[in-house]
Amino acid sequence: MGRIYYVRRGSYRSVANRFFSREHLIKCLLVVAAFSSLLFLFIIFAFILGEGLPLFYKVGVIKIILGFTWAPTKGFFGIFPMIVSSYMVTLGALIFGAPLALGCATYLSEYASRRMKLFLKPALELLAGIPSVVYGFLGVVYIVPLIREYLGGPGFSILATSAVLGIMILPTIISISFDSLMSVPPTYREASIAMGATKWQTICNVVLPAARSGILASFILGMGRAVGETMAVIMVAGNALRIPMSLLDPLRTLTSNIALELAYAAGDHRSALFSTGVVLLIIIMILNFVANFWVKRKVTG
Amino acid sequence: MRSNLATPIALLLFIALICWGTFDLRKSGAGRKDTVTLAGSTSVMPFSEKLAEYFMLSHPRLSVEVQGGGSSAGIQATINRTVDIGMSSRNLKDDEKVHKQILICYDGISIIVHPSNPVRDISLDQIQKVYSGRIRNWRELGWIDRNIDAVSREEGSGTRGAFEELVMGKAFIDDGIMVQDSNGSVKEVVATDPYAIGYISLGIVDQKVKALTIDGVIPSVRNIIQQKYGMVRPFLYLTATEPAGAVKVFIDFVLSRDGQNILRKEGLVPIRG
Amino acid sequence: MRLNPRFTDKFIRGALLFQALFTVSILVFIVFIVFIKGAANITPQFIFSYPEDMGRHGGIFPAILGTVFLAVLSIALATPLGVGTAIYLTEYTKESTLTRIIRFGVESLAGIPSIIYGLFGFIFFVIKLKLGWSLLSGTLTIMIMVLPTIIRTAEEAIKAVPRNLRIVSFSLGATKWETVTKVVLPSAAPGILTGIMLSVGRAVSETAAVIFTMGSSLRLPTSLLDSGRTMAVHFYILAREGISLEKAYATALVLVVSILLINIAAYYTMNKMIGRYS
Repeated sequence: MGRIYYVRRGSYRSVANRFFSREHLIKCLLVVAAFSSLLFLFIIFAFILGEGLPLFYKVGVIKIILGFTWAPTKGFFGIFPMIVSSYMVTLGALIFGAPLALGCATYLSEYASRRMKLFLKPALELLAGIPSVVYGFLGVVYIVPLIREYLGGPGFSILATSAVLGIMILPTIISISFDSLMSVPPTYREASIAMGATKWQTICNVVLPAARSGILASFILGMGRAVGETMAVIMVAGNALRIPMSLLDPLRTLTSNIALELAYAAGDHRSALFSTGVVLLIIIMILNFVANFWVKRKVTG
Repeated sequence: MRSNLATPIALLLFIALICWGTFDLRKSGAGRKDTVTLAGSTSVMPFSEKLAEYFMLSHPRLSVEVQGGGSSAGIQATINRTVDIGMSSRNLKDDEKVHKQILICYDGISIIVHPSNPVRDISLDQIQKVYSGRIRNWRELGWIDRNIDAVSREEGSGTRGAFEELVMGKAFIDDGIMVQDSNGSVKEVVATDPYAIGYISLGIVDQKVKALTIDGVIPSVRNIIQQKYGMVRPFLYLTATEPAGAVKVFIDFVLSRDGQNILRKEGLVPIRG
Repeated sequence: MRLNPRFTDKFIRGALLFQALFTVSILVFIVFIVFIKGAANITPQFIFSYPEDMGRHGGIFPAILGTVFLAVLSIALATPLGVGTAIYLTEYTKESTLTRIIRFGVESLAGIPSIIYGLFGFIFFVIKLKLGWSLLSGTLTIMIMVLPTIIRTAEEAIKAVPRNLRIVSFSLGATKWETVTKVVLPSAAPGILTGIMLSVGRAVSETAAVIFTMGSSLRLPTSLLDSGRTMAVHFYILAREGISLEKAYATALVLVVSILLINIAAYYTMNKMIGRYS
């Protein structure tokens, strides 16, 4: 009905009316909404870069990225050890979490009965919602003393951090690789079985390769979660500034460096934390690009 | 139409909350003078909270809000006038200019270890060597052959600033030393790790950890007053203008006999007997 | 030497089952521990009273309310924006470079780790806009953080609404907006609600972004410019500073239970949505 009304009124004041019509206003509002996320992304980047980049000019990119000493109140802004540590724990988390998660996803998609799937999948995804601080706290209470008691060192270590992060990324990896395993057409499996392959041979030679890109994407998204995790890492990593030389040494990641010192920082010290943020953002963006690339290939291929 | 009760109820709730929020925003904007805000050193924070608790009992119409942030942030916030009172647990540097520094009390820094640790005493020189990475093993401090898990505070912390000033001198804290970001978390690490050592505010030492004597001197309020214990730093309140109104009432309370007694009971060293 | 393939098959099956059970048991163990250690300290008093002595005694009432305020306000702001974006992307444009750019923006926002949101909220809302550590700064930061989740789920839900419904609506003379509000949105409501609930879960469990924008004052925030604590922040401070392990576990229990309930509700509504169109 509204439309007829609108056309009739349009006959005497068509341009102005059409511009101020409800439909047009609504469309404008929706455009504004749609652009809001781009706007937010822009101001986030603008402010993080705006605060972080000047220090790169002032001190020099090399001195920050490859510098070994972090003493921002005394004029040393090297974050190389933290970059290395971030990569180390991320890799460690993957070593802990990926095989377990992939095994779990494979079992769920290939072996589990319908009922088991219906129960396990949501259960695992529910657990993805457990706050990261809870993981970190339980890591401090259970994993850290265990390492200190039986393996030595202070317990706050790469090993503890990797274990906690490895557990945290399980739900992410399981959920995404499960989806990609399920999207392999059943005809692939049937054809392989019909040719006399056993179930495992089918999985190993047909299903997993077919789902390869999705599985890789899940690993990378898991890595993204591990790199970006902050509070749980502060709790179990020990936060020492040196590049860890053994699995039992404490370490500090890019994220925990920001969170440890942000509240206290002023002047160049604060800018240095934003520079840390810039480096972190770049690492995350690269990971996301790679993951998207793989997911896209999966869709087209 | 499908009847879905959840959506309209949720919507009503949202609107009610927003109305309530904006209403309160106006209210608090008008009556903001009755709130005193403090921010800064996490070492001073728990004691300020205690003071605020007692203060609000005797002055029910005034309210005091205490936040952490660290000494440097507190000083900065005072200069920017985002808080009424900044808290610092170290002396100000030359380039940090505020209108007024009010000394509220002194605090000792104590060296703590796990209660099961048999080591009782440590010298100032040994502390410096532990934190600069030249002593790494408990054997050198007269205990078993085991690495020392030393814990420090993060850059910018007032406790770390005071510790560097009092103990480290020109030496840097070694980069292999673990770092925690509050007195409480240092204490928690030392309380759970038998091989750890750390430094925290004397006021929050309790039975979960053991405070070492330094060159034979027990860290206690009495020894600090008699100037036997040297690791002492001031707790400062900072203001950007001359204190007036509620701010003045609160500061006067802190400096009064009652306020100082509260601080003494918490293990700090009052500025007046 | 080659193993008998049948044997390998059985062995692998067992190994995979073990992995699956192991994974589930780790995660169940976490919830179990929190329940066992926290349940003893959950009393009505704990829920409804104020903390004393930095949380060593007393309850977590201000933290619970702080969490509710933060979650409700940020979702109330993010929902219109997010659903609006989804409507625009699905109903008002065709696939083009523009929509690809917007989608890229949404994807990028989703990938940014929470500490970066914390950094941004701190510098932008707290310092540049001079909002201070406040409920408002926290709300705006979390709003941006959950926006991508709401957009994505809303888009999926709207896309799932059958085309026929729209065509029928148009043929009855309804305008685009009438079609959207009276036909598409009601049908997509469960899906959108799922996204909203997942976002609430995210807001409730977030620590890093909240602590630097909302601060950690233990008082009940009574205005948008007051600082406050969420349960996650309160738990983090209790646990990390060793203030009280009992209270920390109890807080964790309240936190985990509320998140599990929110997520279960989200799955329930999602299943309703799936049930409707398949």
